[in-house]
Amino acid sequence: MSRHTLSVLVENKPGVLTRVSALFARRGFNIHSLAVGPTEHEEISRITVVVDVEEHPLEQVTKQLNKLVNVIKIVELDAETSVQRELLLVKVRADATTRTGVLEVVELFRAHVVDVVPETVVVEATGTAAKLSALLAALEPFGIREIVKSGTLAVGRGPRSITDRALERVRSA
Amino acid sequence: MAQPNPTPAQVAARANRADARRTPGEEVSGAESIVRSLESVGAEVVFGIPGGAILPAYDPLMDSDRLRHVLVRHEQGGGHAAQGYAHATGKVGVTMATSGPGATNLVTPLADAHMDSVPMVAITGQVAESLIGTDGFQEADIVGITMPITKHSYLVTDPDEIPRTVAEAFHIASTGRPGPVLVDIAKSAMQARTTFSWPQELALPGYHPVTKPHAKQVREAAKLLATARRPVLYVGGGVIRSGAWQALRRLVDVSGAAVVTTLTARGAVPDSHPQHLGMPGMHGTVPAVAALQKADLVVALGARFDDRVTGKLSSFAPHAAVVQADIDPAEIGKNRAVDVPIVGDLNEVISDLVPALEAEHERSGKPDIEAWWHQLDTWRETYPLGFTATDDGHLAPQHVISRLGELARPDSLYVAGVGQHQMWAAQFIRYEHPRTWLNSAGLGTMGFAVPAAMGAKVGQPDRDVWAIDGDGCFQMTNQELATCALNEIPIKVALINNSSLGMVRQWQTLFYDQRYSNTDLHTGHGTKRIPDFVKLADAYGCEGIRVEHERDVDAAIKRANEIDDRPVVVDFTVSRDAMVWPMVAAGVSNDDIQYARGISPAWDRED
Repeated sequence: MSRHTLSVLVENKPGVLTRVSALFARRGFNIHSLAVGPTEHEEISRITVVVDVEEHPLEQVTKQLNKLVNVIKIVELDAETSVQRELLLVKVRADATTRTGVLEVVELFRAHVVDVVPETVVVEATGTAAKLSALLAALEPFGIREIVKSGTLAVGRGPRSITDRALERVRSA
Repeated sequence: MAQPNPTPAQVAARANRADARRTPGEEVSGAESIVRSLESVGAEVVFGIPGGAILPAYDPLMDSDRLRHVLVRHEQGGGHAAQGYAHATGKVGVTMATSGPGATNLVTPLADAHMDSVPMVAITGQVAESLIGTDGFQEADIVGITMPITKHSYLVTDPDEIPRTVAEAFHIASTGRPGPVLVDIAKSAMQARTTFSWPQELALPGYHPVTKPHAKQVREAAKLLATARRPVLYVGGGVIRSGAWQALRRLVDVSGAAVVTTLTARGAVPDSHPQHLGMPGMHGTVPAVAALQKADLVVALGARFDDRVTGKLSSFAPHAAVVQADIDPAEIGKNRAVDVPIVGDLNEVISDLVPALEAEHERSGKPDIEAWWHQLDTWRETYPLGFTATDDGHLAPQHVISRLGELARPDSLYVAGVGQHQMWAAQFIRYEHPRTWLNSAGLGTMGFAVPAAMGAKVGQPDRDVWAIDGDGCFQMTNQELATCALNEIPIKVALINNSSLGMVRQWQTLFYDQRYSNTDLHTGHGTKRIPDFVKLADAYGCEGIRVEHERDVDAAIKRANEIDDRPVVVDFTVSRDAMVWPMVAAGVSNDDIQYARGISPAWDRED
């Protein structure tokens, strides 16, 4: 098994996410994480999907995705040549006696506290999956009440934009 | 020159030319817009049945002088009829149904068309937009239900989108790898006022089928073909869909290779061609199966290495390099690793491959394949297709089907259901022309034959259409005989009536210790005959003929061939113990093919 990050540019239309996720289910591909959002062009949405597959099925994944009429373009982003980030919101127990310890960890990981009440704080952090796991491990002893995590977002390093050429297709179609 | 069997690309081009009737913009209802769009895109026939949510569309349909609507008795029949029409003509088949149960009844034909790459558009009514999502009366999320079994689908709630959506649906259905497209239209959109204009600009930024093959890959394929000593052309249904049979004939002749045609490709190369070894696969001929197993090169043309062809995949064609050409990139290497992948329309692929192969021959001479042909001919002589006489006094189904093929007019079409009769029809009729053999291959839909034959006959009214059906299959969809009788669609049905679910029974005989659990249908000789197929034919306004003795077979077929003013049902009561041979048991290597029960070919010793 290996992990791959695919950026899937799709038409911004209802039902497209269903088509993509249903395809994964039907072909027996394993989704590790999924993130969807708008792009700089309103006609195009971007789905970042992290899949766990062997080399051979990855080719099948991209070929099958490409067959979906609403899928415009698929790019695999590898870790070295792209920036990959997740967002984490975590609610941690932090009363008067432990708050300093929690804040120390937050500081160490360059995270932020975005909500404080007498019993807990909510910590916001972005980073690679590895960094966020380390942060969670450090917070664990204080007592974690709730975890919310986004899927991975990824963008290629350097000046090139993968949406530009896709946009040409949309506009000329 | 008009080609009688247009390719999907030609149909698409023609559909666009139908724009000769330009409509700059005219105020109409959404329902009128549907009918006008279908007319403008070049549709000629719609197989359908009305109901609440599609009702508005049926009103303007009544006034159309360009669309013929055939009122079917069940939506599944309408869907299979559209498939049969598409199969037989190469054009896009159209079916229409209402929301909810009407739409869900289309699930089987849509899945069938998806598996066998049949160009088809299904128009369904949906509840009004305000009711969508409320579990309204006759509401079903048919777009959601059919997502995995359609090439694409649309839910239309804005009436202004109707013409473009219909144009796109036909384009998608008929281009690239053909397939079914569903257009679900809310009743509110049909009732609203809108503007109809034609032609329409397609907005499909993510849809660009590759038709032109990569020249380097074609040259690589040519090199392999020019040097292989045991080459086999593995011809699949893609050759039929792309209309590439003429190009293929050149390749067959130039290469000198052995040819096998799969269940969906019967007729792509004439059975009488000396290089044709017949059908490969679970019930293929010994020469065809053996050729693939012993080949040093397999050139797959629009074939997808289906499990029914490969048997146990890991031992399929173990010595062969593989060239695979397909218009669908996802098919290439899906099941079997490929040495030379070629993505493209088979017409273009083969047309490029032939001169490339000729150039290779000129450069390095033709390969010596004489020993290969000697081997193949030995298999052909030793293991021809055949059958043994029955020992219960009843008809041999293989005899009936052979005679049918011999007595029918040469340009007749044959449409089968699924099961033993389908395999015998694939084996024992000599197919000389493409698009004369229609069946449900991938999905294996029992009940396909009667409605698909109806659609084929509508598409090819001047040719005889024989449905070869089983007694099990026939009872699933025979209501469409009413449609045939009332609409002057005189199909002929040869019922291979063995009074049981024959293929299941065969497996029970071979693998379940002859325990015949729930396979007896009581329709044959010496049973209660429920239903009595001759009476049933009569009740449906068809000619019913019963044949129980071999001496009556020819006369019955001849009589059926002469009747052209109404459908005919010939009830051939055959032996239930007849089995389909050869056979490769499920999950077993093709090397273990049995020529007949307990008889395995002795493979050549030099191997």
